[in-house]
Amino acid sequence: MNPSPPTQIVYRNINKPDSHTLSVYQEGGGYKGGVLKALAKTPEEVIEEVKKSGIRGRGGAGFPAGIKWSFIPRVSPRPKFLVCNADEGEPGTCKDRDILRFDPHRLIEGMIIAAFAVGAERGYIYIRGEFYRESQRVEQAIRDAYAKGFLGENIFGKGIRFDLAVHLGAGAYVCGEETALLESLEGKKGQPRVKPPFPANVGLWGGPTVINNVETLASIPDILEYGGAWYAKLGVEKSTGTKIFSISGHVNRPGNHEVEMGIPLKTLIEQYAGGVRGGWDNLKGVIPGGSSSPILTRAACETVTMDYDSIAKAGSMLGSGAVIVIDKSVCVVRALARISRFYRHESCGQCTPCREGTGWLSQIITRIEAGGGKPGDIELLEELCGNISGKTICALGDAAAMPVAGAIRAFREEFVYHVEHGRCMVE
Amino acid sequence: MEQETQHPSPRFSPEALEKTEEIFRRYPPEHREAALMPILHLAQREFGGWLAPETIEYVAEFMNLAPIRVYEVASFYTMYNLKKVGRYHIQVCTNISCWLCDSNAIVETLKCKLGIGLGETSGDGRYTLAEVECLGACVNAPMLQINDDYFENLTPEQVVGMIDQLP
Repeated sequence: MNPSPPTQIVYRNINKPDSHTLSVYQEGGGYKGGVLKALAKTPEEVIEEVKKSGIRGRGGAGFPAGIKWSFIPRVSPRPKFLVCNADEGEPGTCKDRDILRFDPHRLIEGMIIAAFAVGAERGYIYIRGEFYRESQRVEQAIRDAYAKGFLGENIFGKGIRFDLAVHLGAGAYVCGEETALLESLEGKKGQPRVKPPFPANVGLWGGPTVINNVETLASIPDILEYGGAWYAKLGVEKSTGTKIFSISGHVNRPGNHEVEMGIPLKTLIEQYAGGVRGGWDNLKGVIPGGSSSPILTRAACETVTMDYDSIAKAGSMLGSGAVIVIDKSVCVVRALARISRFYRHESCGQCTPCREGTGWLSQIITRIEAGGGKPGDIELLEELCGNISGKTICALGDAAAMPVAGAIRAFREEFVYHVEHGRCMVE
Repeated sequence: MEQETQHPSPRFSPEALEKTEEIFRRYPPEHREAALMPILHLAQREFGGWLAPETIEYVAEFMNLAPIRVYEVASFYTMYNLKKVGRYHIQVCTNISCWLCDSNAIVETLKCKLGIGLGETSGDGRYTLAEVECLGACVNAPMLQINDDYFENLTPEQVVGMIDQLP
């Protein structure tokens, strides 16, 4: 029944010419195996299959997708919604963009399956506003899917309705947070909502809502076609399947690569990204999961594998899978100053610890970097991190604090040198 | 002086009005407010690349919303320009991945080439130069965006050539 399952899942098509078109997607088996198998099952069976796959949310939080779907009440007095989070904005992350522009139909097929599973008749793809060209590709794909009857009031002739549209963001990192995204989708400024209630119960316009990342949804067609058990055999325990890693920074061949989870970080960098610029010994550290994840030292990079547990054990996070490689020419304090400026800029201003704290972090780190560090500054930064983490409505505060605490933990001597000498020990 | 406020009282063209109908259809009829963001994008394209106070007033009237409600959204998101921008809005990413790949050199080259600083518009209204946060093209760093298009894997020399070739 299962003809040679692919080794690549989400990126299987993207190197084909015109991979974004409906005809190429269908030639590769699209809108057939996955969605038809799903529609032949009950919604509960589809959710069961996704649970069996073990796939965890690829946007950064890593919550099991099947369990998320199962939280949606079967019967609801309010309409249910499915939302795809394509607000890819975590610095270092650029994997979803290639799905949007090179294989939008895979995402649409995944959304049809997800909508059927949770009983949503309307869905949105929330694409960051800067991805205007990508959004045009997706909109064309949606039109083509409507024309074929894959979307609309009677999808695949099954008497089921699913309408899908793009909603373009307009520049705000915080809208990647799912409740800020919902606010933005409702036509408001993107400020996160207090949880609970969670979107599964009270989401878009008050209706039960599932929000999944692009990569997660694009993995769904193959999970249904080849089975959750097949998917669960890929990768490692608790980190099943494949993951796309965006490898940027000081490597010889930066790029997006889809590999099985659990690959050693060193292998990923050396075999897929052409190695560290100047050789492995020139490596200073790696930010393994987007700018909010704490930096790993070279020593940690020697042994860590790219799965949720291993990276957590090393003191960081898999996050969105954005691997930012930093060589020895870089001053950690200066790099951190840049990262902290970003979080200060993106704080939505709703919660005091984040609004004020991100400003303080950025100012103090910038001051230390510029040679104006004072005794006690490092401890003040640590205290600030503690006063932000866990004390805000959404995780942006934590995202701002974690890289600061992490950089100080891993490279404290550089901070101390900066404060004591008023200059960098690196440059 | 360049052509000051081409649209003293902005009105959507018939084509734009058709587009607004398509936008409204994306949302349940009882949630027309959801169309505010795409309508603002459309208004910005239609009325000179920015949202002048009179454009915001017009969108408010068009959407049947209070102007402050529209202004609140327009001022929250960075892509809505509340100040006039040049014909070419050049936005250079300087976030971590681009920064590691020397986006500073791109910024400095552009400052020098265009004779303007970050956040400034050239006197002839042709260029606005700005720094932006991560644009999500990190494996092709450094990069920048000019209006709707990304330009990736850049060198300072290429950037100079690109500017020379803009129509």
